[in-house]
This record gives sequence, C-alpha cells and structure tokens, in this order.
Amino acid sequence: MVKPTDSVVATENEPLKKMAQVRNLNFYYSGKLALKNINLPVYEKKVTALIGPSGCGKTTLLRSFNRMHDLYPGNRYEGEIWLGDENPRNLLQMDPIEVRMQIGMVFQKPNPFPKSIYENIAYGLRVRGINNRAILDEVVERSLRSAALWDEVKDRLKEPGTALSGGQQQRLCIARALATDPAIILFDEPTSALDPIATVSIENLIVELKDQVTILIVTHNMQQAIRISQFTAFMYLGEIVEYNDTMSIFTKPVEQKTADYVSGRFG
Amino acid sequence: MPSQQKILNTLRNPIAIAASIQNRKRWEQFFIVLGWFSLLVALLTLVFLVSDLFLRGLPMLNWKFFTSPPSSDPEEAGILTAWVGSLLVIFVTAVVAIPLGIAAGIYLEEYAPKNWLLDFIEVNITNLAGVPSIIYGLLALGFFVYILKWGESILTAGFTLALLILPVVIVTTRESLRAIPQGIREAAYAVGSSRWQMIADHVLPYSMGGILTGIIVGISRAIGETAPLITIGALTFITFLPEPPIQSEFPYISFKWIWAPFTVLPIQMFNWVSRPQEAFQVNAAAAGIILLVLTLAVNGTAIYLRYRFRKSIKW
Ligand SMILES: Nc1ncnc2c1ncn2[C@@H]1O[C@H](COP(=O)(O)OP(=O)(O)OP(=O)(O)O)[C@@H](O)[C@H]1O
Ligand SMILES: [Mg+2]
Repeated sequence: MVKPTDSVVATENEPLKKMAQVRNLNFYYSGKLALKNINLPVYEKKVTALIGPSGCGKTTLLRSFNRMHDLYPGNRYEGEIWLGDENPRNLLQMDPIEVRMQIGMVFQKPNPFPKSIYENIAYGLRVRGINNRAILDEVVERSLRSAALWDEVKDRLKEPGTALSGGQQQRLCIARALATDPAIILFDEPTSALDPIATVSIENLIVELKDQVTILIVTHNMQQAIRISQFTAFMYLGEIVEYNDTMSIFTKPVEQKTADYVSGRFG
Repeated sequence: MPSQQKILNTLRNPIAIAASIQNRKRWEQFFIVLGWFSLLVALLTLVFLVSDLFLRGLPMLNWKFFTSPPSSDPEEAGILTAWVGSLLVIFVTAVVAIPLGIAAGIYLEEYAPKNWLLDFIEVNITNLAGVPSIIYGLLALGFFVYILKWGESILTAGFTLALLILPVVIVTTRESLRAIPQGIREAAYAVGSSRWQMIADHVLPYSMGGILTGIIVGISRAIGETAPLITIGALTFITFLPEPPIQSEFPYISFKWIWAPFTVLPIQMFNWVSRPQEAFQVNAAAAGIILLVLTLAVNGTAIYLRYRFRKSIKW
C-alpha cells in the first residue's frame, strides 16, 4: 500500500485540508469480509476517485461513508472514518441520520422521487423542518443552477421529476444532494446509466462542483477518473492497492497490479 | 449423438422454422379461444343474475320502500332500518379496520425485525384471511358480547366485521409497501430522513393506490356478510332507527347509536326470502338491488380515490 507522500501534497498550490480520513476500516456483509484494512484520506474541495475491477468493493466503501449499510441487517464495520478537519468525529460512532445530513449521495441509477421537480429538491430541507416558502424557493433555484439544470426546468418546477430525461434526472438528483449543503457528496458511477452527451455534462458539472463541495466518486471509466479527479485510489479484492494523486496513478503507478489495471491489461 | 445433432441441424432449416412457428401459433389460438369462452361464461352468468334481480325487484323500488321500516305487510315493508344499519356498521368497520390494518401492515413490513416470529405472524395473518366468517362471529360473540358486554349492538357488529377484513387490509398494505423500489427508500434516507419520514413522505403515499384496493376488497366483503352478524345476534325485524349521530342540541354529536340494536341489508333480504309469500320475494330482490348499488357506490368511491392517488404519482 502506497501512501501519498508530503511531496505529492506539496505540489498543490493551496494547502490541502482533509475532509475525511478512513482508518483501518474492515467491513463485513453478514460475516463475509468485503473491505480489508482500508486507509484513505478525502481532501476538501477535491475529487477523489475510486477505481478498480468489478466486485472489488468500491460501492461498499462509498456506502460506508453515509452509513447506507446500516439500513440492512447483518452488516458490520470495524475501524474508523473521521469526518471534519479541526474537530474530527468518527462517523461510524455517530447517528446515521446525522451522518447523512452532512454527506449527500448520488446513485448509479437516477432515483428522483415521484414528486415535482421542486419537491424533489425541497425535500432535504423539509426533513430538517424547514418549510418556509421563500427559503425553499431560493434553495431550489440555487441548487438547480449549481446542477446546470435551472434553465431547462425553471418553467416546469411543478412537473414530476420522473418525467425528465435520464441525464436531467441525474442532474436533478445532484441538485437534491446539493440542496442541503453537504460537506461531501458521494457519487456511485453516476454516468453509467447515461448516454455519452449526458455523461459529458455530468462530468463537467462535477469539475465545477468541486469548488464548493468535496467529492468522492466511484467510476469504472478510467478516462473519466483522469478528466475529473485530483486523487485516485485503486482497489482490488476489498483492499486499496495504491492511492496517489491521479496523474501519478495513471502515469507512474508503483504497484504492478495498478499498472496492469490502468493500462487495461485486466479488469 | 447423431439424433441430437439432427435436431440441432433443424435450427436453421426454413421448413422446420415455419412448422415450429405454425405449431406455436395454433396453441396461441387455442388459448385465446379458451380465454374468450371463460370470460363469456363469467359475464353471461353475471348479466343473467343482475337482470333477473332487476326484473323482479324493480316494481318495488320506490321512495316508500326506501323510507319505510319492515312490516308484516309486504306492500308496506321497506328497508329503512336495514340500509341505515348497513351504513352505520360499515362506518364503524372502516373506522376500526383501516387505521389498524394500515398501521399493522407498516409495522410488519417496515419496522418488525425479520426473524422466525415475523414469518410465523405472516403465515397466520394470511391464514386468517381464509377463515370462514362464522368463526369470526363466534369469536365476537364470546369476546365483544359476553366478555366486554357490548351487547348485540352496531359497535359489536362493526368490530366483528373489522376483525374479518383486517387480514386483507394488512396483507395488501404490506404488499403495496414492498412494491416501492429500494432506490426510492435509499434516496430518502440519503438526504437525511428518519425512517418514519421515509415512510410517511414517500413509501406510504406512493403505495396508497394499492392499499386502497385492499380496503375496497375488504369493505365490499363486509357489506355482504350475514353469518357473523346473525351469530352475534343481529335482529331480523327492527322497526326503529338508532338515535341520529347529529343532534340539534348541545353537544350536537351523540354516540348513543353505536349501542343500538340493528339489522343490515343482507339479513333483511334473507328474512324476506325465507318467507312463503311471493310478494316478499319481490321485496328481497329489490333489497338485493339496493345492496348491489351500495357495494358499487363504496367501490366507486374507493376506485375514484385510487385513481386520484395514482394520478398524483408519476413513476
Ligand atoms: N448486499 C451484499 N451482501 C453480500 N455481499 C455483497 C453485497 N453487496 C456487495 N457484496 C459483495 O461485496 C463485494 C464488493 O461489492 P461492491 O458492490 O462493493 O463492488 P464494486 O467494486 O462496487 O463492483 P461494481 O464495479 O461491479 O459495482 C463483492 O464481492 C460483492 O459480491
Ligand atoms: Mg459498484
């Protein structure tokens, strides 16, 4: 396992702050080990990509961050995921609802609620007890603008979110995640169900969003990882084989497995 | 083996393909005809029964029939006490069974830990849906009438029928909840919902159409039930109405009616059918028409509501 050296960090112009840090994480699906001794930093306002062959545990790791595994019986975590920079808290010890209020998620398959576009985005605030119309109006507009969807839907906010195209639905889901101003947004292969044009628009969006939010993204597409991420972790069989800045992972990987994977020799 | 190879060789043989298609199409034709025939039998029976009922009962259907209590004179006899009784009993049934059934369904599907106890309860609820209704009558007689001393009242009848339809409401509620895609639940959790918010804001409203279907089936069944109500001591001849629920004097609302003795439409029908005079048979047919209309009205309302719910949700 290769850790990023300080020299890697120092190549960045601004000082890097950690938004999260995974320490010695193991994860079990009803007794079956799926993640082994994961250590991973997630830097603030950067895009960190998780790559690796199918079944290596990318989704499992991603869903540990917002405690999605807690919804199903038999799942168990060991280790720590620290959230925050100054006064970090182990999110595995927090109330899962509190965790999810700070870490948003965009799923592989767009999953808007069968409600209006407006309500899809306002819902995150409503669960927090915010029902003030003026506030909701403002947040809905701001989130839709951030998700590059406002111009397409501003005249039909009352229409169901499910009536949008696949790419628009995914941007709606991104707007929904943005609405509650999360510290981190998790993306699980957000473009794998989309056509190439919609994919490009989501990728551009992620590149823009990293100025306001920390992003952790699972992707199968190595070109995508190169285009949008600053850091990349290569996973294999439930472990992180190599983690580094994205350029280094793809141009001078240290581990043979990584080299084989990024050069397309397996996976 | 050569014989297997021979079969495989026909896969791209045009004559064999044509024969295979023709053969399968014949079967398809056969099932279409069978389907039509079955449908016809069911529809014709229904049309025959309903038209027979209407032809026989129609002469008696007038305002007086509707507003008169039963009488020993078939010309004077009406169904006032019966339809009022039916409506009141069904009202109590709905008020009890709908919230209880939905709440139990939500608990079992969304909250209860998935273990052998849940499986055991599930099997039993499904079985309860098939228990003969007279058994419910016996249970109610023992519990509501003798132990709780509610008497042979509208309250007892409403609770009895509520017990009877509870399994249907619970089972359909669970099935409707289960049909909501996991992605929607995860989406709700992912923005920070509690479990109850996820249920109340998403899963429950989205499955309301299906739940209403269960309620329709249950209530329609309850309207036509006779055996359990006779078991708990429903009257077959009653000439006075219960005290109205709305009063002209303070406090304007009265609940005395729930303790009143009662009869219901199917019992009134049964009573008339079992009399020797021909004139009472006409009354029975007329009461049957009213019972059908009542069932249709309840179903119609529920179907309309279901339509409204489904329309507001676009998947
Ligand atoms: N709910 C589950 N119960 C049991 N095992 C699971 C479950 N989900 C995933 N796994 C197993 O855990 C391992 C990691 O799965 P995961 O979904 O995290 O892989 P992934 O890297 O996201 O793969 P993909 O690229 O195909 O999405 C796999 O071996 C998978 O079979
Ligand atoms: Mg995955």
